[in-house]
Amino acid sequence: MSTHTIKVTVNGQAHSAEVESRLLLVHHIRDTLRLTGTHIGCDTSHCGACTVLLDDYPVKSCTMFAVQADGHAIRTVEGLEQGGALHPVQAGFKEEHGLQCGYCTPGMMMTATALLEHNTNPTEAEIRQAISGNLCRCTGYVNIVKAIQHAAGAMRGVSAALPASSAAAKTTATA
Amino acid sequence: MIQEPRTSPEVGGMGHSMKRKEDGRFIRGKGNYVDDIVLPDMLFMDIVRTPYPHARILNIDTSRALATPGVLAVITGRDLEKYNLHMMPTLMSDTQMVLPTDRVVYQSQEVAAVIATSRYAAADGVAAVDVDYEPLPPVVDPYKAIEPGATLVRPDRKDTNHIWHWEAGNKDATEQVFKDADLTVSEHIYIPRIHVASIETCGCVASYDKAREQLTVYMTTQAPHAVRTVVALVAGHVGLSEERIRIISPDIGGGFGGKVPVYPGYVVAIAVSFLLGKPIKWIEDRMENLQADSFARDYHIDAELALKKDGTITGLRVKTLADHGCADAAANPSKFPAGLYSIVTGSYDIGAAHVAVDAAYTTKPPGGVAYRCSFRVTEAVHAIERLADIAAHELKMDPAEFRLKNFIKPEQFPYKSATGWTYDSGNYKAALELAMQKINYAELRREQLEKRARGELMGIGISSFTEIVGAGPSHTFDILGLKMFDSAEIRIHPTGKAIARFGTKSQGQGHETTYAQIVAEELGIPAAHVQVEEGDTDTAPYGLGTYASRSTPTAGAAGAMAARKIRDKARKIAAYLLEASEEDLEWTTGKFTVRGSPDRSKTIQEIAFAAYTNHPQGMEAGLEAVSYYDPPNLTFPFGSYICVVDIDKGTGEVKVRRFVAVDDCGNIINPMIVDGQIHGGLAQGLAPALFEEIQYDENGNIQGGSFMDYLLPTAMETPNWELDKTVTPSPHHPLGAKGVGESATVGAPPAIANAVVDALWHLGVRHIDIPITPFKVWKILREKGVSE
Repeated sequence: MSTHTIKVTVNGQAHSAEVESRLLLVHHIRDTLRLTGTHIGCDTSHCGACTVLLDDYPVKSCTMFAVQADGHAIRTVEGLEQGGALHPVQAGFKEEHGLQCGYCTPGMMMTATALLEHNTNPTEAEIRQAISGNLCRCTGYVNIVKAIQHAAGAMRGVSAALPASSAAAKTTATA
Repeated sequence: MIQEPRTSPEVGGMGHSMKRKEDGRFIRGKGNYVDDIVLPDMLFMDIVRTPYPHARILNIDTSRALATPGVLAVITGRDLEKYNLHMMPTLMSDTQMVLPTDRVVYQSQEVAAVIATSRYAAADGVAAVDVDYEPLPPVVDPYKAIEPGATLVRPDRKDTNHIWHWEAGNKDATEQVFKDADLTVSEHIYIPRIHVASIETCGCVASYDKAREQLTVYMTTQAPHAVRTVVALVAGHVGLSEERIRIISPDIGGGFGGKVPVYPGYVVAIAVSFLLGKPIKWIEDRMENLQADSFARDYHIDAELALKKDGTITGLRVKTLADHGCADAAANPSKFPAGLYSIVTGSYDIGAAHVAVDAAYTTKPPGGVAYRCSFRVTEAVHAIERLADIAAHELKMDPAEFRLKNFIKPEQFPYKSATGWTYDSGNYKAALELAMQKINYAELRREQLEKRARGELMGIGISSFTEIVGAGPSHTFDILGLKMFDSAEIRIHPTGKAIARFGTKSQGQGHETTYAQIVAEELGIPAAHVQVEEGDTDTAPYGLGTYASRSTPTAGAAGAMAARKIRDKARKIAAYLLEASEEDLEWTTGKFTVRGSPDRSKTIQEIAFAAYTNHPQGMEAGLEAVSYYDPPNLTFPFGSYICVVDIDKGTGEVKVRRFVAVDDCGNIINPMIVDGQIHGGLAQGLAPALFEEIQYDENGNIQGGSFMDYLLPTAMETPNWELDKTVTPSPHHPLGAKGVGESATVGAPPAIANAVVDALWHLGVRHIDIPITPFKVWKILREKGVSE
């Protein structure tokens, strides 16, 4: 099994590692980098629990190899909170009871973050479509939609242009 | 309506929609799920599974696997047999293979376990284990399974595939009622096998410390204490004694009943850890989870109603064949092999009823019950609510009128049903009328008539369910002999804060918040100051865990009772501090005041401090209490759901236009959390109604063994749920509360099924089994000559 040295920027920090060709990105994040907020929930790319942002776009990290992330920037749930302040998406999920067991939540929040960075005022239908790649068994989705609407409200007023990786995290957030 | 809270928002007692205390770690990705746990020297386990549903194992060749880099060992049934660990008891006193020694009895059954230094090496090892099988005939149809001459699934247990027969109610009285009936309505209803599919699969990290002779198992379990006792009983002979076993249920990513059974993977991991003295991590993947873990439903039901011609129900007769797979591993109380299925008389005042259930072995995974159904109540409610709707339509009565006519009346409570349950409280009419008003029922019926005249297919379905939760009283309920009380242990610290530990285990239900709110209600200590713990058998008081909506009815009650014991001691301390007699003290939330002297009072915080610094002589210091609560009865939450569907004539797709859910779970601890439970339960009721199904083909191959085929609804398929409440407290629960976690999964499927059949009744359609897929509807429309 061949190995490769890859360099991935994760939540703003550069990480170098030697990995097997076949190492999935989600395992690189969870096992190599010990960021266990990103979860595994299926083996067919349906559930979205593994969703992270790769260069600001949501990807299912179980369906990518770590080597494919070489030279790229990843954001995980651990990178949402900045300077002790919750990201508006995190605050929205807490305020609107958008989580119960918490297992789908990191993936949901990363998808929501990407949505709101591209669309500051999504309709309910747009929100439901955006999160249709994230399965939840606990909440019935109603409060997740409300959580994202709550976050959208908090984030409006910030530039709608496509942000650089860390710009979105500088939005005003309330804990 | 929902009562106003008696405490301030700062205290956060019952009725407050307090934000959840547990959210902080989850929204930061700092949850502690089993796969997040890493221990020094930890090894990884993966499982070899059989492609054959029924086969003799001729040979297991482990040589290629053992030569695979990173692989340390391959464990087979023969290895476990040396320690008598190759078989284990199930929760229903059947037995189940941990690893087989000669035969496999379901597709994807565990055959061998590979131990390796990494996840990937373990998977490499699994691919390198060569197993020779001699296929045997599969047993797929449960009706054929119980015919004489059928291939035996469990020759080790019985010389028949018929597992048990169970009855409830009065057979003769019911027969008489059917003889005298003006009309009878009968239907065959099949509720297929489905799977909880919580987003986190099952797994464990089993760690045996040889130096300390202690076993610690981090495990996805809803019932850690029961697991500890079972492990001690099963493995005691190899030296695992109960005081040296610690089961830790950390954060659980959804349970819904699927994390109640003890799966072979856990037992193998524990055995290997014990032998090697190293931590062993086993995490199943999604396909393993769907194909091998405990299932739900799989009931073949023949149900009949006896009626007078004015629509009064006089009797109910139900005969059912239960497909249990290769072992009766159902998580039922032991005297109830068919769970609480005899609640099938539902919300109706039925004078005579008889229920008979037979169970069959087939070459499928063992089970069942798991999936948010409160021990077979989903099956019972589906049967009675479908029958009620068929009867109403046959009699040309409005389905709401039919139900209102037959409901048990409020003055009849406590109500003794024809199958022996005593319903604690209910007001079914109020719930249905509220639902009808909220959805504007009369207007919908008008709209339906107009649409029908134009050839459009619109349906309205009602489900008025009664649930039965909170197992349960010790005189009737036990699991493997363990009585189904539950427990709370509360300790108040000197600075007036508290820790409260319980015998249940939340998998998302919010106990860290709701139990704190119970303590706040009873003692006036702010819920924010009450630390709630569950799941560590070394510290939590003994309990039977969280499933079947039992936590609030049992452990919640224990919390209230323990808090009241603390309040009794607090009164004594207050009397001492205030130099008054106990009888002269009045309790208002959070403090004792001398009657008539409002300036002479002590807060619970002052009393707590005194318990450690200035307690009365002759009294023990400290301020704490334990309560083991044996509920006097179950609780009976209920509700009425109304669903509106529109059917696409071209594709057969059923679109849920509106869904109104009126629930009554008695007094409510946290309205936000209750609504969340109902939203989630409705989605898990929508799913089997329209999408989810696990089938087996005639060769015993599973159809629905991955998310490619097993369809979980996404945010696109799930409608906006509209909720409302009535409140009919439980007369026997200390807080007047009932359970609620499963009501919606139980009540929703028949509302949706009833709506679809209602849309198609005028075409001559009487019943459609769930899941009501577009293909099923499309075929019916073609048969009936309906085109776009």
